[in-house]
Amino acid sequence: MDDVRADVVVVGSGAGGGTVAQRLAPLARAGRRILVLEQGPRLLPQDFTGDETDMAPALYADSGGFLTAQGTMTLAFGQAYGGSTVVYTGTSLPAPERVIRAWSVPGLEHQDLLRRTRRYVDENNVHLLPDDEINENNRLFVRGAVETGFEPHQFPVNVRGCKGSSLCNLGCPNGAKQGTHQVQLPRAEAEGVEVVTRAEVLRLGDRELLVRVHAKPPDGKGAEPEWRPGEYRVRADAVVVAGGAVGSSALLLRSGFGAGLPALGAGFTVHPAFILVAEHPRDITNDVGHPKSFYVDRGEEEGFVLETCMYFPFVTAKNLTGFGPDHEALMRVFPRLQMILVLACDKAVPQNRITVDARGAPVVRYSFTPAVVDRMVSATRAAARIFFAAGAQRVHAPPADPPLLERGDLHALDERISARHFLPGRLSISAAHLMGGCGMGTGPTDSVTDAWGRVHGVPWLRVADSALFPDSIEINPYLTIMALADRVAEGLLEELT
Amino acid sequence: MASVFTLTPVRAAFRAVTRAAVPSANEFDEAAWLRGEALVETALSDRPARVRRQVVLFLRILAVLSWFRFGRSVGRLTSPQAQRLLAPLERSPLLALRRGVWGVRTLAFMGCYGQEELRRAIGYAAAPRGWEALGSNQGAWPDRGGDAPPESGVLTAPPEGDRHG
Repeated sequence: MDDVRADVVVVGSGAGGGTVAQRLAPLARAGRRILVLEQGPRLLPQDFTGDETDMAPALYADSGGFLTAQGTMTLAFGQAYGGSTVVYTGTSLPAPERVIRAWSVPGLEHQDLLRRTRRYVDENNVHLLPDDEINENNRLFVRGAVETGFEPHQFPVNVRGCKGSSLCNLGCPNGAKQGTHQVQLPRAEAEGVEVVTRAEVLRLGDRELLVRVHAKPPDGKGAEPEWRPGEYRVRADAVVVAGGAVGSSALLLRSGFGAGLPALGAGFTVHPAFILVAEHPRDITNDVGHPKSFYVDRGEEEGFVLETCMYFPFVTAKNLTGFGPDHEALMRVFPRLQMILVLACDKAVPQNRITVDARGAPVVRYSFTPAVVDRMVSATRAAARIFFAAGAQRVHAPPADPPLLERGDLHALDERISARHFLPGRLSISAAHLMGGCGMGTGPTDSVTDAWGRVHGVPWLRVADSALFPDSIEINPYLTIMALADRVAEGLLEELT
Repeated sequence: MASVFTLTPVRAAFRAVTRAAVPSANEFDEAAWLRGEALVETALSDRPARVRRQVVLFLRILAVLSWFRFGRSVGRLTSPQAQRLLAPLERSPLLALRRGVWGVRTLAFMGCYGQEELRRAIGYAAAPRGWEALGSNQGAWPDRGGDAPPESGVLTAPPEGDRHG
């Protein structure tokens, strides 16, 4: 085993880790050793093929199909240089003021988050796409939403030179998405921060990490790891864990921190989601153009958010309920399909939490509460109305049985789309907004860190990612993660300089 | 990396599930079957051993149920028969059975829609060149007109109390 000495180690390179890496870059420039350990590979431009079966294993943990312990929901989280910022659609919204107020974290002010958010709006080129780049999948959503009385908003997105490949979730093949892999990490590396990819942190001890660097598989994508494959003991004065809600919580749990922190792994929320698909009588532009340009936010009033989306054939097929002739008939008219993603705003409840198994691997326990089921049903009804108002002739709604609704069903949506058809294990429910597990709060009995990401009772250890959220953010989380990570880095900088 | 997974012991059941899930798979030649199964085998090779065991177990259960329900081997089921075999399990009160159907039909979809040929056949045409490959972008948005949807507050300093900041 090799020994390595560093001043600061950052675990993870996504929205949290990438932000911290850049903020600590002045230390590297001043001669301090700042290491970023990323479990995934450093993908090269030619690796982004846009083929879903080719890209998913290279970009996501368990190819994007990480199953909950109950086996009723899949979780998608990125594992690559840049983490999940490589695979999201670039949607960039600030935290709602009401949510931060409800979090009630002493020392965490919405205005402070907003100020930091604006920094990353500028830095990552967050802006609204012009009208001529909005495809029909999105335009129809706007039309249907307006006609049904909803208020659609345009998503600000962090792209630069977007060609409209629609392949955001498979990593932009044109390098247009301004995730941390394009912005914060290259800048940090230019200042002397070291990023080591394929570096899995096995355990965390007192200012010490046990790290295994994996060799690049013979037919794998990406660059070789920066360090020789093997095990390393890395000692550091400070450690910032930013491996995502699941990764960070699991690392701390398998390292034994749960003994003094009963809230470790708790407060896990995900915005459970499923895809609705509608068939129009003609082809529309759907698999070209940015896929997620508009949304309807009913979080405060009804506990759900509707977002435009467009997925790839296998993912689409998987997300449609059922199988057989009806299913295939819908797949066969792919160019006519419009899609809406339905997300429920879930709340932290005791039964939903992250644990680890005997080997230390993460185990996520998540049950759908009656409130979440009701929200998903309400959201599905709303989405179905939007589809029909936009001119769709039939709608595939997961919590309906049979799931295909015709226009004639419009008057009976409340009957056809019902909680009694919400059968976990039958419906394809997925989540990509993974939050909590190391929540901020007042003390070690009810939280894991303070408002600056400092782990209670462990002065050298901080958390800087969505694991910090004490409850659901109720909107796309990335800017909030970056703003929180910015705070964590600022606190660390003050301590180290 | 886990050990290499093979569908060989349960191939007949897997093909029956695929024919149930995607009836046009009846038209597959042997090369198409093998291409699809290679995708599934590769994907399962990367998944936890527990998941692979569950897939194999469920496919074996289907093979047994085929004898009870239709008096014939799972490999000889027609598409409608295979659908009738899976349908009650998909709505079963037992979560394990629902999960099982969901899992194997998901793998069947991977084996079909993961193939470039089938993606083209259904009209999926996403390309890295995006609008350029299409020949133009979407152009004006006349029906947005003066009724443009409101923008998010993220790009401008919002008023006090604005929901999005």
